[in-house]
Amino acid sequence: MTYSIIADGLVKRFGETRALNGIDLAVPTGTVFGLLGPNGAGKTTAVRILATLARPDGGHATVCGHDVVRHAHQVRQLTGLTGQYASVDETLTGLENLVLIGRLTGQTRAAARARGQDLLASFRLEDAADRAVKTYSGGMRRRLDLAASLVTRPRVLYLDEPTTGLDPRSRNEMWEVVRGLTATGVTVLLTTQYLEEADLLAGEIAVIDHGTVIATGTPDELKARTGALTLAVRPARAADLAAVRAVAAGFTRTAPEVRGSTVAVPVTGEDVMPAVVRRLDDAGIAVAELTLRGSTLDEVFLSLTGHRTEDELEGSAA
Amino acid sequence: MDSTVMGITVSDSTAAVGALTPRVRPLAGLRQTLSLSWRTLVQVKHNPAELIDFSVQPVMFLLLFTYVFGGAIGGSPHAYLQFALAGIIVQNSLFTTLNTATGLATDLEKGFFDRLRSLPIARFAPLAGRMVADLAKQTWAIAMLLVIGIIMGFRVGTGPLGVLAATALVLVSTLAIAWALVLVAMLAASPEKVQIFGFVVLFPLTFTSNAFVPTASMPGWLQAWSKANPVSVLSDAVRGLMVSGPVARPVVESLLWAAAFTVVFAPLAVRAFKRRV
Repeated sequence: MTYSIIADGLVKRFGETRALNGIDLAVPTGTVFGLLGPNGAGKTTAVRILATLARPDGGHATVCGHDVVRHAHQVRQLTGLTGQYASVDETLTGLENLVLIGRLTGQTRAAARARGQDLLASFRLEDAADRAVKTYSGGMRRRLDLAASLVTRPRVLYLDEPTTGLDPRSRNEMWEVVRGLTATGVTVLLTTQYLEEADLLAGEIAVIDHGTVIATGTPDELKARTGALTLAVRPARAADLAAVRAVAAGFTRTAPEVRGSTVAVPVTGEDVMPAVVRRLDDAGIAVAELTLRGSTLDEVFLSLTGHRTEDELEGSAA
Repeated sequence: MDSTVMGITVSDSTAAVGALTPRVRPLAGLRQTLSLSWRTLVQVKHNPAELIDFSVQPVMFLLLFTYVFGGAIGGSPHAYLQFALAGIIVQNSLFTTLNTATGLATDLEKGFFDRLRSLPIARFAPLAGRMVADLAKQTWAIAMLLVIGIIMGFRVGTGPLGVLAATALVLVSTLAIAWALVLVAMLAASPEKVQIFGFVVLFPLTFTSNAFVPTASMPGWLQAWSKANPVSVLSDAVRGLMVSGPVARPVVESLLWAAAFTVVFAPLAVRAFKRRV
């Protein structure tokens, strides 16, 4: 297996805080690699170092074999960056933005224009080509930002929280695009706080928290690691919620969690199911929904870090 | 061969890594600077407010000062115009450096700078591109002030060469002062803070000079400052080159001021710029 990105013990300090505390990564060529963690975990700092925008205080990293510090110019020729905030010029039109980047990277005027129009068409922005970006919707702007990072035909693409703040529909569109990209051989490093997003897109995930990688593996491996299933019970009457919670508490060592009208608890095996049904029946609780499923990455994160991701409600709602 | 998915031509996974260039060639850096100047000038097309900023505003100053204050300060609007046009040109150029700074701060704040820095382009191009574009805007503003001034009755006392030399001197001086503003932009990193700086520093600096009012009419303590004020020195040099009066001394002093600003602020600004980006 070849690796497009290798990071070895990356450290970054901002004053007293250690944003990165020795991050190791190995991203296989042609895959989507998910960097998953809550706000402030160090995801963006890691991406900024790998994109040559920041220098590490310790450790080193290579992209396609080029050191990100000593051969930054080569790395920049191989990578594209889509930042957390749409980093295009809002006062220019969509096409002007793309042409500018093409011109800056040595394309002729005609080639830059053609490339820009191609990309706009691919991202369904051709109708907005000659409109100032400040009139774009959030989803359109994000697509333009992605298009901007593709002008140079990068082999490694950094997507730093590409769907944060997008509505579900725009998010689905973005996911489609990212899936399409890897089919072309591009290596994608995706940072996200949405566990569902990493689960859907990434072949491999590194979970980071407080500047360190706390777990790596495929989504399934990470789920298997907790060795747990999740039992979810939704009573027919909301008034029974407390009673359901009390019943569920009998099947777990951790406190049951109430999310909306559903009580969720991690359980050890399938054999609890008949007992749960009996106990609910004995208590005279009418059940609207009773499910037993594999843990989500969200629950994995909880078991790995002991705390929930800050955006878990948003993440599970997406 | 490019591979295509969903109509997106993305990358050539078999491209030889040997095709990479080790560094930006100087000529490419120059071209990138011009591309980024183009970008700053195209912004004007989409943002009419900016056009007002560097076209309408100087003309408004010219008209207001000449016809409202001119009679009171200079005896007649016409006499005042001969005195004040040089000052208005200097004042306008000085305030344009504020645009350089707010533009940079906006790019930093909005993340457009990160986009530029992630590209394989010369590190100096984003800064140089903006400075070149602002010099172009200033040249336009100076030309406009001159043309409208002449329509209003301003008479060049020297000749075309004098006017060209005055323009060049103003551009050189503003470029030097722009370094200080670049430093401010890098430290403030927010366009609003840059505006506040402009209001607190540039405004009093300009109005305590002889740009609009002869020093002799000021109280004694202010006269001392006004004579030393670099804005006065530059205004005198422009008057000498375009209208009449001493030339050598104010021009040399202006150039010394420009050199001092560059020596002090250019390294600081570049260092802040590098740290920032």
